[in-house]
Amino acid sequence: MIEINNLVVQIEDNRILNGLNLKVADGEVAAIMGPNGSGKSTLSYVIAGRQDYEVLDGEILLDGRNLLEMEPDQRAAAGVFLAFQYPLEIPGVGTMTFLKAALNAQRRARGEPELTTPELIKRVNAAGAKLEINRDFLKRALNVGFSGGEKKRMEILQMALLEPKFCILDETDSGLDIDALRIVSEGVNALRSADRSFLVITHYQRLLNHIVPDTVHVMADGRIVKTGGKELALELEKNGYADYRQPAAASAEAA
Amino acid sequence: MAAQVSVIRTAAETGLSELFDRLKGGLPGDVAVREQALSGFRERGLPHRRVEEFKYFDLRALMREAAPPAGRPGPTELALAFNQASAFADVPAARLTFVNGHLAGELSEISALPAGIEAISLADALASGDPRLAELGAVATAATNPVYQLNTAFLRDGAVIRIPAGLAPAQPLALRFVNTGASAFSTASRVLVLVEEGASVTVLESHEGPDGIGYQPNGVVEFVVGDRAQVKHVRLNAEGSDALALSTLTVKLGAEASFDTLNTVTGSQSARHQVFLMFAGENSRAAVDGVTLLKGSQHADSTLVVDHAVPHCTSRETFKTILDGDAKGVFQGKIIVRPHAQKTDGGMKSDTLLLSDGASMNNKPELEIFADDVVCGHGATCGALDEDLLFYLRSRGLPAREAESLLLQAFVGPPLEALENDAVRDGLVARVEGWLANRA
Ligand SMILES: Nc1ncnc2c1ncn2[C@@H]1O[C@H](COP(=O)(O)OP(=O)(O)O)[C@@H](O)[C@H]1O
Ligand SMILES: [Mg+2]
Repeated sequence: MIEINNLVVQIEDNRILNGLNLKVADGEVAAIMGPNGSGKSTLSYVIAGRQDYEVLDGEILLDGRNLLEMEPDQRAAAGVFLAFQYPLEIPGVGTMTFLKAALNAQRRARGEPELTTPELIKRVNAAGAKLEINRDFLKRALNVGFSGGEKKRMEILQMALLEPKFCILDETDSGLDIDALRIVSEGVNALRSADRSFLVITHYQRLLNHIVPDTVHVMADGRIVKTGGKELALELEKNGYADYRQPAAASAEAA
Repeated sequence: MAAQVSVIRTAAETGLSELFDRLKGGLPGDVAVREQALSGFRERGLPHRRVEEFKYFDLRALMREAAPPAGRPGPTELALAFNQASAFADVPAARLTFVNGHLAGELSEISALPAGIEAISLADALASGDPRLAELGAVATAATNPVYQLNTAFLRDGAVIRIPAGLAPAQPLALRFVNTGASAFSTASRVLVLVEEGASVTVLESHEGPDGIGYQPNGVVEFVVGDRAQVKHVRLNAEGSDALALSTLTVKLGAEASFDTLNTVTGSQSARHQVFLMFAGENSRAAVDGVTLLKGSQHADSTLVVDHAVPHCTSRETFKTILDGDAKGVFQGKIIVRPHAQKTDGGMKSDTLLLSDGASMNNKPELEIFADDVVCGHGATCGALDEDLLFYLRSRGLPAREAESLLLQAFVGPPLEALENDAVRDGLVARVEGWLANRA
C-alpha cells in the first residue's frame, strides 16, 4: 500500500506539487490523468527519488516506510519501480550487464542470493519473448539506437524481471503504435497481482482500454482534484481537462 | 661590457650535470652523442612551465633532486623484482624483463623467444657498435625533446629487438619493466624494436615499482615499422605511488603499415608519456589511445605529436581520462600535416570525467595543417558524470558507487574494447575495475 500525504514539492522556486494526497492499495491499479504540466512526471520522479526536487512538506509511505528518507536504490530494493516517460540511453553499458547488475543489486540489498548468469539469461529470454523483444537488442548497449516503442518495451521487461511491489508507468503509451500498445499492456496486465499495485500515468484514455484501472484520479496544478472509477476516464476523454484548470487560467481562456 | 647572464640552477639541475660528468667515462657507446644530447640541458636546464610544451608539466619544479642511477641489479633485486611483477601476468607471452632499466637476462626468456626474433641488450649493442643502432632517433620531432635528450645522455641499458620480415609470432612479446629499491634512484632505458616488412606483432610494455619511493624512471621505446607490417602496442604505467615517470614512444611507420598503441596509466605521482609518431610511407594507419585513471594528488601528462609527412594516411587519437581527488590531467595532442601530405585523415579526441571538485584537466589539442586536401578534426570534453544517467541506474537498484562504476567503465570502454587480444583486454579491464573498487 502506498500512501502520499500532503506532498509539497518545488524546483528552482517553482511550486509543482501543492499538497498532493493519494492512496493506492495492494493489488489496485490507479490511473492518474491530467493536462500537460500538471506535475505527473514530477510526482513519479519524487516517488522514485530523483534529486533535483525540493520536498517542502509531506510524506510518501510504502507499507508504512517513508520513502523520502531513502536513497533511490533503497527505494528500488523496497519495491518501487518507475517506467520512465523518456527512458535513457546508456552508451557502453550492455543491456545484459545492466540487467544483471540491477537484479543482483536489489537481491543483495534484500539479503537474497545473487542470480547466476545462466539463470539470468533464462529469465530475460522468457520475459523478452512475452514482450516480443528481439534478442539482438539484449546484446546492444542499453536503449542505444532503440525506437521509442522499443525503449518502452525494455522498461516493461525490467519491471517484469525486478518484480516490484509498486509500479509507476509514466506515459508508457506515448510513442507506441497500436500493436506495441497491446504488447506492453499485456505485459503489464500479466504482472497484476493481489500484492502489487500500479500507478498508471497517462494523458489519454486510450491506454486505459487496455490496462483497465480500478480508480482514476485527475491531477491539476500539482494536486489530485477528483477521484472516481474507470468511467471518469471516459468522461475526461469526452469533456477534456477544461473543468479542472486553475480558475484563473480557465477564466482567462473564457475571456 | 657584455651583460653577464647568471642562470640559477636548481639542485636537480646541478646534480644532473655533476652526475653526467662523473658517469660519462663509464657509459657505453659514443660519449659525443651523449654530450650533444645534453647540450640543450646545459644551456637551458630542465624544461619548466614557461616552455610551451611543459606548461602543464613543469619538470624543473617536479624534479627536486637528481636521483642516483640504479646500478645493475644483484640477485636480491632480481628476486624482489620477480615477486613484484604482476602486470600482464595472465597473458601468455614471451617476456623480456628489465630491472631498474637493465635487461635482466636471468628473468627473461630470450632463449624462448619465438623462432626468428632477435633480442640483445642495448648496453651490449652500444658497446659493440651494433649497426642497427643507426635506426635510433628516426623520428625528427622527438630528437629535440628534452625528456628524450636526457634519456640519450644517461642511457644505461635496454634492448634491440628485431622481428624479421613476414614473421607473425602467435604470442605477444612482453617488455616488463620492474623497478626496485629502498631509496630514490633513477633509470634510463631504451628499447629499439625493428619490425621488418610484412611482420605482425603485439608488444606489451609494463612499468611497475615500489610505493613510497621517489624514483625517476626515464624510458624510451622506439619502433621502426616496415612496409605492410602491423604492430599492436599496449603499455601500462603501474609505477609506485611516488614515482616521477618520464617516457617516450617514437614510431616511424612505413607504407601500408598499421600501428595501434594504448597507454594505460594508474600509477606514478607524476607521469609524462610522450608519443612521437611519423608516417614515412603512404596508405598507413595509426591509432594512439590513452586511458588515464588518477586520484589523490596524482598528475599525468599525455603529449603526442603525429606527423603526417606523406599523403594518404589515417590517424586516430582517443584519450579517456578519469580524475578523482585533487588529481591533474594533461592532454597535449598535435597533428601535423606537411604540405604535400594530401588526403590525410586525422581525428583526435580527449574526453575527461571529473569525479571531484578538486580535480582538474588541461586539454590542448592542436592541428598544424599545411596541405589543402585533408580531413582533420579534434575535440575535447570535460565534465562530471551525467546525473540523469546515474538516477536511471539507481532507480533500478544500483547503489551510487556501483552506478558510477558502471558508467565509468563504459566511459573508458572504447579504447579497451578495441584490443583484440582477449587476455590483454581482460587484464586491463580488471585493472580498471580494481581501480574503481578502490575509490571508496
Ligand atoms: N527540471 C525542471 N526545472 C524546472 N521546471 C520543471 C522541471 N521539471 C518540470 N518542471 C515544471 O514543472 C511542471 C510540471 O511538469 P511535469 O511534472 O513534467 O508535468 P507533466 O508530467 O504532468 O506534464 C511544468 O510546469 C514544468 O515546466
Ligand atoms: Mg510527464
